[in-house]
Amino acid sequence: MSFVHTVAGTTWRFESLKQLMAKASPARSGDCLAEIAATSDAERAAAQMALADVPLTRFLSEALIPYEEDEVTRLIIDSHDHAAFAPVSHLTVGGFRDWLLGDDADEASLKALAPGLTPEMAAAVSKIMRVQDLVLVAQKIRVVTRFRNTVGLRGRMSTRLQPNHPTDDPAGIAASLLDGLLYGNGDAMIGINPATDSLSAISELLKMLDGVIQHYEIPTQSCVLTHVTSSVAAIERGVPLDLVFQSIAGTQAANSSFGISLSILQEGYEAGLSLKRGTLGNNLMYFETGQGSALSANAHQGVDQQTCEARAYAVARHFNPFLVNTVVGFIGPEYLYNGKQIIRAGLEDHFCGKLLGVPMGCDICYTNHAEADQDDMDMLLTLLGVAGINFIMGIPGSDDVMLNYQTTSFHDALYARKTLGLRPAPEFEAWLARMDILQQHDGQVRLGSGVPPLFRTALAQLK
Amino acid sequence: MDDNGKSPARPDPWQQLRNLTPARIALGRAGTSLPTAAQLDFQYAHAQARDAVHLRFDLAGLAAGCGQSLALHSAAPDRHTYLQRPDLGRRLNEASVAQLRDYAKAQPEGVDLALVVADGLSALAVHRHAQPMLQRIEALAKDEGWSVAPICLVEQGRVAVADQVAELLGARMVVILIGERPGLSSPDSLGLYFTYAPRVGLNDASRNCISNVRLEGLSYAMATHKLGYLMREAWRRQLSGVNLKDEAQIPVLEGTDEVRPGNFLV
Repeated sequence: MSFVHTVAGTTWRFESLKQLMAKASPARSGDCLAEIAATSDAERAAAQMALADVPLTRFLSEALIPYEEDEVTRLIIDSHDHAAFAPVSHLTVGGFRDWLLGDDADEASLKALAPGLTPEMAAAVSKIMRVQDLVLVAQKIRVVTRFRNTVGLRGRMSTRLQPNHPTDDPAGIAASLLDGLLYGNGDAMIGINPATDSLSAISELLKMLDGVIQHYEIPTQSCVLTHVTSSVAAIERGVPLDLVFQSIAGTQAANSSFGISLSILQEGYEAGLSLKRGTLGNNLMYFETGQGSALSANAHQGVDQQTCEARAYAVARHFNPFLVNTVVGFIGPEYLYNGKQIIRAGLEDHFCGKLLGVPMGCDICYTNHAEADQDDMDMLLTLLGVAGINFIMGIPGSDDVMLNYQTTSFHDALYARKTLGLRPAPEFEAWLARMDILQQHDGQVRLGSGVPPLFRTALAQLK
Repeated sequence: MDDNGKSPARPDPWQQLRNLTPARIALGRAGTSLPTAAQLDFQYAHAQARDAVHLRFDLAGLAAGCGQSLALHSAAPDRHTYLQRPDLGRRLNEASVAQLRDYAKAQPEGVDLALVVADGLSALAVHRHAQPMLQRIEALAKDEGWSVAPICLVEQGRVAVADQVAELLGARMVVILIGERPGLSSPDSLGLYFTYAPRVGLNDASRNCISNVRLEGLSYAMATHKLGYLMREAWRRQLSGVNLKDEAQIPVLEGTDEVRPGNFLV
């Protein structure tokens, strides 16, 4: 059934909910590449008006990707909690925006609502929200997860220390790792993107990280970002593995191009649980996502990239993840052209993920062929800090020398701590204080004056 | 900038780690922020990378250093379009298609090897490294007795444009030399993609890639060694891509006597 909207004497027609969603999506290069974007600003604005009039229940009866063809759609529909949906089930998309901004939507009611929302509902309402709406609503929501520490508490922001090296050299990794720890980074995890994807190389890196975490008694967790099936193989060989990683997307076909399915993810989740390595909790999946991933696999099925992304969060939440990371600017300018598009996408992803009950972090990043720079990243970092993001990246000097992109630095995290008063995870904060690395009081961030004694011993080995 | 020789920024007391990694560690701090020098170093590196992305491909300059060559253009008219429309960068414009058709008419028996050079995301990489690599690949072809088509220079080209070039030329193998996405520390990294039995519509699963060819990365000699292995194996087994693993024995071409300290943290 089509959607018709008349505004100022002009009548606009949209053939399907899928087309209406795509045309209502704020402008971005990926939807143009897919040839599904609005063809004029007026058409986009009219589509947003028409979308605002759509009842939320419509998303339960008209699947954007058919139920029979896609296991992500089946997961979304089959796991929908009608009782949780009740408080907003009478609303249109536009009414839902008003409700979210109002006082009835608070931390408790939004938490209770999450299982009643589908990703398409979250995506739809985000399309008619401004940046300040995305920030305001997201900051009401907390999604708290636990493994060896507690991430996502109000007033806190964690960092993933990413000590990548172009050849996985242990000394090079250790150097970046130490640099990051001494700048107070690493509570979300210490996570390496390996240059070599062999099982033996991955196992060595996992053993190395486990050794460091144990030796210095750091209340954090490790991850080596390899395919979920490789993590399962490593677990079967008795390798000490904390978080199970996988890139995921919002359609079955895109996930298939990643070599995964819901059942393969379930195997990875169960393998991780079998190790019982979490001391405070059992959230142990680490997922990475990003707008454009379905389109780049030619598996978007005519659905706009922001809605595809929100659908990936339905996949994520099924596995009680510790962290979900939208790697927002990594994919390149054919999907998100410039700083403006990257900033908006990062805030949409954070909002949609949080609304659906997912512990969202963001790799606030860009590549050198995108029209973006450090100023854009500062804006997104500040906005996400205000919005209450669970974690960001921390790498030396913003320059990833393995993946060749720029993301937030160790220094950037301290900027957010200082300006927004955001503290690390409580267990990690206590460790930083004990090690005389970092203390944070009343908006002040104080780094220790030298190298802590335990690390002095390590440095002495190099002489 | 004269701070009386003393900056209010603090250096980090772990400078010795800097020779263990190319990563930007031990940058020091101004308060807890990046000190001025480190901040400006970063901006300069980013500017270099940006300039590499937008540098115009000097086809004439490269053609002057090659033997026979053909100047071609993708269907992406300019860089702005190129960056947003990867599909256009993967195919030739109509004039280039006609040019190759005309050439191929006179060569009905086809050719063993087509060599393509495209600017990709770094014309700088191509300007610096394409010619020395082409010389080595042509020597390799001569040793193997492979016939080689004129070198096809493609402006605003992406990797898959090589498939169309090769198909039009009737080439049995194709190698494309292309500028890779510039990193902050590597604005001039060249990539080589090799395909056996190239034709329009193939994807990365049919190609073999040799990445990071530059002075600080993979040397010309090593890249040629790897490529030679792949091409000889492909010629023999009549396939390329995921079913053709790079199992080249790596000779010690560059001495690395350096002993790395390993994980010094535990």
